[in-house]
Amino acid sequence: MFQILHAEFLAPDIKRFLIQAPRIARKQKPGQFVILRIHEEGERIPLTIESSDPERGTIRLVVQSAGKTTHLLNSLRAGDKILDVVGPLGKPSEIGRFGTVVVIGGGVGTAMAYPTAAALKQAGNRIISIVGARSKELVILEREMGAVSDVLMITTDDGSYADRGFVTDKLRQLIQNGVRVDLVLAVGPIPMMKAVAEMTRGERIRTIVSLNPIMIDGTGMCGGCRVLADGKSQFACVDGPEFDAHSVNFDVLVQRNRTYRAQEQQSMAAWAESQRGPQIGPVETGLCAMEGVHP
Amino acid sequence: MTASARSANPLPMKERMKVARQLMPEQAAGIRAHNFTEVNLGYSAELARQEALRCLECAKPTCMKACPVGVKVREFVSLIVAGDFLGAAAKIREDNVLPAITGRVCPQEDHCEGACLIGRKVKPLGIGYLERFVADYEQRMGVRSLPQASPTGKKVAVVGSGPSGLTVAGDLVQKGHQVRVFEALHELGGVLVYGIPEFRLPKQIIHEQLDYMRAMGVEFETDVVVGRTVTLDELMDEEGYDSVFIGTGAGLPVFMNIPGEHLNGVYSANEFLTRINLMKAYKFPAYDEPMLDLHGKDVAVIGGGNTALDAIRSALRLGARKAYVLYRRSEAEMPARAEEVKHAREEGIEFHILTSPVEFRSQSANNGSGWLSGARCQRMELGEPDASGRRRPVPVAGSEFELPLSVAVIAIGTSANPIVQNTTPGLGTDKRGYIQADPETQRTSRKGVFAGGDIVTGSATVILAMGAGRRAARSIHEYLNTGQW
Repeated sequence: MFQILHAEFLAPDIKRFLIQAPRIARKQKPGQFVILRIHEEGERIPLTIESSDPERGTIRLVVQSAGKTTHLLNSLRAGDKILDVVGPLGKPSEIGRFGTVVVIGGGVGTAMAYPTAAALKQAGNRIISIVGARSKELVILEREMGAVSDVLMITTDDGSYADRGFVTDKLRQLIQNGVRVDLVLAVGPIPMMKAVAEMTRGERIRTIVSLNPIMIDGTGMCGGCRVLADGKSQFACVDGPEFDAHSVNFDVLVQRNRTYRAQEQQSMAAWAESQRGPQIGPVETGLCAMEGVHP
Repeated sequence: MTASARSANPLPMKERMKVARQLMPEQAAGIRAHNFTEVNLGYSAELARQEALRCLECAKPTCMKACPVGVKVREFVSLIVAGDFLGAAAKIREDNVLPAITGRVCPQEDHCEGACLIGRKVKPLGIGYLERFVADYEQRMGVRSLPQASPTGKKVAVVGSGPSGLTVAGDLVQKGHQVRVFEALHELGGVLVYGIPEFRLPKQIIHEQLDYMRAMGVEFETDVVVGRTVTLDELMDEEGYDSVFIGTGAGLPVFMNIPGEHLNGVYSANEFLTRINLMKAYKFPAYDEPMLDLHGKDVAVIGGGNTALDAIRSALRLGARKAYVLYRRSEAEMPARAEEVKHAREEGIEFHILTSPVEFRSQSANNGSGWLSGARCQRMELGEPDASGRRRPVPVAGSEFELPLSVAVIAIGTSANPIVQNTTPGLGTDKRGYIQADPETQRTSRKGVFAGGDIVTGSATVILAMGAGRRAARSIHEYLNTGQW
């Protein structure tokens, strides 16, 4: 059992947890994730670790409500326990001295990009961060990202905060203005990562994305998280979760993440019905429930 | 052949072979094909005694020699004849810490029963059925013969709670060593829980065996991926383990590298079975892990091993309309146990032997694009023997045909999981990435580190992994006593 020591909403439907997990805290490196299972009947879901404190034996996770499990998770509070948390899983982010790195975080992906941005800054890179969200209240970790960035740019889809537009608008401006970009790291919704990859491909800018396929064990055993990269099947849990964006077939990722959409909607509807409280948002119908959840 | 002087068997030798092998009571095929309850129901005491009477009590029991863990078959069978079922169970436990499991899933025809002398003339003694009977009897009686050993003060870490790891743990705790088993998943048992379905090995049986091991003093820690959560060196240098056994098991599923493998509906057997067995997706929505609805769907498994049969028989139980086995060699080469093949046929599984898919296809009309709608298959014929000694399947020109499918499960094997190897400097591996271990002592290239089971041999069986575990336990004990490497 893993105890939640602290929990706070960073935005509507986005909650940050501080969890006692000493073994994981000791080993975590930026880019790695955990798989958790809330209770005996629960599914296993991957979530990227935002940060860890090896001394205190704690890790922090940022969770966006999307499907049943993330809604349930976000209903938990300090003092509650999570049955299983295993990790840190996946290859850590490659940290090196690249020069100028553009770090793009879309929505809750910002929390996943943050630890890598911090490590890249520490390694002596110039960090230009672009944080995007649908609207003002969904902009998260602005202060944290600002602290590890030389330049921080923020966009909102509706213009309710900072600049109206998409993260790719900012990236395009940078490129058009002739800013030399040595590396791009993009973490967020699949359409965003795909758009970034398309934009940097022609410019031959090395671009890394962190992928979020459906996953069960997270150790390479099941092969459910296989993605099509470089034309061959690779496992996000052991070969990733970060991949060269220009090698990834994003359409296949979108398609495979939709495998259980019907079942996810059924679970979510049943859960919402069981809660029947005003705090529950509308049941998602358009997106796969997993699409908002990032490993 | 001479009977033991103390034999309780009232039958003269020549009468024993006239007793017919007692059939295993089982659920009727038409019923069991729709449930996950165990297929075999187990011998009654009467059936068990009747079967045990068939044993010739050979002076030099070939059955025992053929057992990878060296179960004293003749002795435990004689105890059954004498009516001492608990004594029989205790006798097995001297060599096998998981008798209720091996009594169910061990391929006895390749080991003890394959070596049974009467098998040359009539059907061999039902050793597996007898083993299962006494293990279940012991459990029903609630009796535990817990061996007492004075603590040695030595600590052993076991990586992986599958058959090899549990065997090592059980053997070493009985020698007085402190043993802690680390498991990556949230549940203990390795392939026994994620791989083998309920209808062949009920989870309850595994839980009982694990309870037994806990009672013996074995410690367990789940949610630890050695190599990620903690490294092998940290276990030895910082957590004070004197020795480590690596039994991380079958690794990454192998795919076929044919077009369409990324379509929705194409699974590895590991994923398909893990969803069903470990995550209990067959109970969705009571359990959250989802599974595609297989009712009325056509499902095929590719491969001919036990894993393939476990997967396709699970698909049938989940409502599949058609359930096929596609196997590229002939039935003679099929690695699955004969009993499983027989059970599968009775349940209505269709076997397409000498058949292999060359492409998975999707018709956009079916559920939108990206979903599997069928496989393009080709017929094979057998050519010259290959490296495995089995005749190589060769495609028959012009034999291609379409097979409509909603779900395809690929069960053609696994490759080595690299996590422990990549994070343990100096641990020798072979060119396929499996850990190199001495076949007699299970020693690796690292002092104090032993390995066994599928992570050394590649995919094999539960009992072979347990055999490796036994050998490892013996040499770990020796190493801990002498300190010599």
